[in-house]
Amino acid sequence: MADWIEACLVDDVDEEDVIRFDHEGRTFAIYRSPDGQFFATDGLCTHEKVHLADGLVMDDIIECPKHNGRFNYKTGAAKGAPVCVNLATYPVKVEAGTVFIGLD
Amino acid sequence: MTEPGMVIVGAGECGARAAFALREEGFAGPVTLIGAEPHLPYERPPLSKQGMAADRPGMTPIAGHDRFAQQGIRLVLGNQARAIDRAARTVELAEGERVPYHRLLLATGAVPRRLPAAAASRHAVTLRTHEDAERIAGHLSARARITIVGGGFIGLELAAAAIGRDCRVTVIEALPRLLARAVPAEIAERIADTHRARGVEILTAASIEAIRDVGEGVQVTLADGRAIAAELLVVGIGALPATDIAAEAGLVVDNGIRVDATLASSDPDIFAAGDCCSFPLALYGGRRVRLEAWRNAQEQGALAARNMLGAREAHSAVPWFWSDQYDLTLQIAGLCDEGATTVRRDLGGDAFILFHLAADGRLVAASGLGHGNAVARDIRLAEMLIARRAAPDPRKLAIPDVKLKSLLAA
Repeated sequence: MADWIEACLVDDVDEEDVIRFDHEGRTFAIYRSPDGQFFATDGLCTHEKVHLADGLVMDDIIECPKHNGRFNYKTGAAKGAPVCVNLATYPVKVEAGTVFIGLD
Repeated sequence: MTEPGMVIVGAGECGARAAFALREEGFAGPVTLIGAEPHLPYERPPLSKQGMAADRPGMTPIAGHDRFAQQGIRLVLGNQARAIDRAARTVELAEGERVPYHRLLLATGAVPRRLPAAAASRHAVTLRTHEDAERIAGHLSARARITIVGGGFIGLELAAAAIGRDCRVTVIEALPRLLARAVPAEIAERIADTHRARGVEILTAASIEAIRDVGEGVQVTLADGRAIAAELLVVGIGALPATDIAAEAGLVVDNGIRVDATLASSDPDIFAAGDCCSFPLALYGGRRVRLEAWRNAQEQGALAARNMLGAREAHSAVPWFWSDQYDLTLQIAGLCDEGATTVRRDLGGDAFILFHLAADGRLVAASGLGHGNAVARDIRLAEMLIARRAAPDPRKLAIPDVKLKSLLAA
């Protein structure tokens, strides 16, 4: 059963954008898709441990700011060189303008 | 002799990427990747950066043996490709084997430019390989004196790493400022200030008179009579394309192996990619350039693979480059010297971006400097604008509140 952790407010994230969320020594990335839905993944790129929240969101893709590794932030799927390891994703829910992420 | 397949000479970033890309494109025949170094293909960017943080630098392989085996890529490592026989369509290895090819890719990279004055010194090194990095890192003990000749990226990244290990560092640059060929003066000044603030002694417009070993160290004498003593001298004065094997095979060499927009050399069955080739950059009217950059090596490796399989696809990528020094990261998209005017955008926390516009208003390059990845997103968006040959309103470029993404949509 997931613990729901308060991550941010809906208004903290622009559409088609991402922010960083740190919790108990771990770092996550919270995304808002172009159609306003929220998603969450591990915060660091699987290639060289760079914060993805500094990267660029285009449609369903987050691009790492360092080496342009690309992931689908909805599924965590790595989209080709230089990244080959998928990103972990986490469930997200929105209640009364607050975004929660589900951690085991 | 085995069935001729795809043969790649040079097992760096570019060659390795090409080998995997051939499989990703569905090629099922033999793929052979030949590297002179004894190691699995490894990442070179860390060598002058985080690789210097410990006495024994780690090595980051691009992929493990298992992945090459699983992809059916034959690795020939620690073996120099000595000659190409274009009539017989074979590559001859130093150990005697002749590898037949259907198409050949030369991804031979570059070699450090030597400094004749340092040739006789036992304490002078260059940095290109893992072994070079091991030797340098082993010298970076506290209070050790390190002299770096050349205020380019390798030298400055190394200076930052050496300061991180509490060394005493002097950088000697022949030109009046650092990074003169690579970045705008505004950025170079900020980088120079950062190095000085951390204790690096920077000597610009410095002309070297002599370099000689003295006791257990090495002494540089400048034309003005100054003497700089150190335990280690690192020469970082640029690199030259590795073209010997191409030139001996009669391929056209012109600041690197000359290739067309599809990366084909003067022999249509031989391609070249990465640091070793010069190619026409469509973005700037076919201007012929040679790039020494990690991302270019990757992109061209992948493009060469597609074209070896007959795609005939022209290169279209925007040059992109980064450097890490201390907690600063520089990123550049495009070639700054294509610009006629500059527009500055200040981001938060000291970070800034310079947009380089051509006389007709087209955005041709963007260079940015800031802590961590502060400039990454905007440089990436600028790269997209550059690729679209956009001419964004300079007033909007200057205002940080105007999102670059909105200019992309325009």
